[in-house]
Amino acid sequence: MFDDLRDLYQEVIFDHNRNPRNFRVIENASRAVEGFNPLCGDRLTLYLNIVGGIIEDASFQGSGCAISTASVSLMTEIIKGKTENEAEALFSQFHKMTTTEGEVDLEAVGKLAVLAGVKEYPARVKCATLAWHTLDTALKNEGQASISTE
Amino acid sequence: MSALDVARIRNDFPILTQKIRGKPLIYLDNAASSQKPVSVIDAISNNYRFDYANIHRGVHTLSQRSTDGFEGAREKIRAFLNAESVKEIIFVRGATEGINLIAQSYGRSTLGQDDEIIITTMEHHANIVPWQMLCEQTGARLRVVPMTERGELILDDYAALFNSKTRLVSVAHMSNALGTINPIAEMIKTAHSHNVPVVLDGAQAAPHMVTDVRALDCDFYVFSGHKLYGPAGIGVLYGKQALLESMPPYQGGGDMIRKVSFQGTEYNDLPYKFEAGTPAIADVIGLGAAIDYLTGIGLDNIAAYEDELLRYATEQVNQISGLRVIGEAAHKGAILSFVLEGVHPHDIGTLLDSVGIAIRAGHHCAMPVMDFYQVPATARASFAMYNTEQEIDALVSALKELIKVFR
Repeated sequence: MFDDLRDLYQEVIFDHNRNPRNFRVIENASRAVEGFNPLCGDRLTLYLNIVGGIIEDASFQGSGCAISTASVSLMTEIIKGKTENEAEALFSQFHKMTTTEGEVDLEAVGKLAVLAGVKEYPARVKCATLAWHTLDTALKNEGQASISTE
Repeated sequence: MSALDVARIRNDFPILTQKIRGKPLIYLDNAASSQKPVSVIDAISNNYRFDYANIHRGVHTLSQRSTDGFEGAREKIRAFLNAESVKEIIFVRGATEGINLIAQSYGRSTLGQDDEIIITTMEHHANIVPWQMLCEQTGARLRVVPMTERGELILDDYAALFNSKTRLVSVAHMSNALGTINPIAEMIKTAHSHNVPVVLDGAQAAPHMVTDVRALDCDFYVFSGHKLYGPAGIGVLYGKQALLESMPPYQGGGDMIRKVSFQGTEYNDLPYKFEAGTPAIADVIGLGAAIDYLTGIGLDNIAAYEDELLRYATEQVNQISGLRVIGEAAHKGAILSFVLEGVHPHDIGTLLDSVGIAIRAGHHCAMPVMDFYQVPATARASFAMYNTEQEIDALVSALKELIKVFR
């Protein structure tokens, strides 16, 4: 019945929605940032442990739709072990992939490519990018912060 | 089903004949905004095509035609609400602007430090935020009537909120997030026994049931055209004449004055005192056509038919495992808010759209209601007179399918 949506809802997304990775609190995290999408009520808290410019651990808590849950789950997997600069570069690749027609370095985004389908669904782009805007805020702010996308 | 000729009604709505993503459109987002019959579309385009000019001030023929259409619509709305006089019918942009007008004109001129305004847990943001702004300006306080898990206001608690500081009550006639139709007649009696005036937010109720402002004895009533099969960007504020006369203007400008000099200005009579600037002339005429359309079918017939639809839909969705209906008041309008275990409302919305079904997913501009039920959002199907049982069947079977995909 929903075959038209296979580009948007790939199996990887269902998998991460059912079993989100790194779904836990990091005690004494060096960064804890709350991201909120007031439009649909998606809410997450991103925890990072950054040591010497390297993201040693990343996790999240919260609730959201399948797209936003899969996006943040995939993000915590991919940024672990990366430097802050590498994570920022990934953010700009991801942003490009979900919002413009431009060429994206598919190798760089790796597994995140499963989220490229949101580009065709403007109302859902924010679901996919909430995690990354939250990360961006976390990288730019020491300690605790919160952001709201609208 | 009932006395309503739904097939004929559907023919009056050109938008309903189209396909969305290859499937016939099933439009179940009527609580957000309803679709327009051809008579409304024609009334607007005919005004622009044949009769358009500015109103009230021109001596030429077109101005007179537009003025007649505009003031004729005001009389239709007076009759629709059973108001005493057309002086009590003020055109605004919608229910939201109506409430802001009351807050900034009536509220700001009468409320002071520590005065209290009563609203309820189930209000739309449009009936919360204008009062919060007024509270910031005046030092007044908001008091909130609690509700039960079923989504019914607790009237004993409401009565207990009144004290010597209570100045105003503002309550939804019908909740947009839950569908609850509130016991407003009783609530108005309670408020009046304390000499407190009552504002009714009729945005949801007006398209679905007969509203008689004199029988209700409400002091203010607001509604929006776009939920009533009329144009967006136009709405109505009803106020009792004595109250409106006592209130200062909301905005200054042309049409709301009688005489202007640099020494001072004399304001115009009601209703013009509150209608500064050139209004949405064609849209007011379109709203008049929407009222004609509704009264032609009969609001009692519409209410009875929508009630059958709601009852059928509720029965059907209650058979879906893991589905929880949010808002189960005994007295409810045709709104079905629900959550589905393991599937976020936003995903429900996108999946249903892919098979041509339009519903709403989100907080419905009622975040306190979401907090009350501890859900981030709900999915909401809301019905209108052009919906059918077959459309509800399609909704239910799509919901059953999408559960399979997600679990």
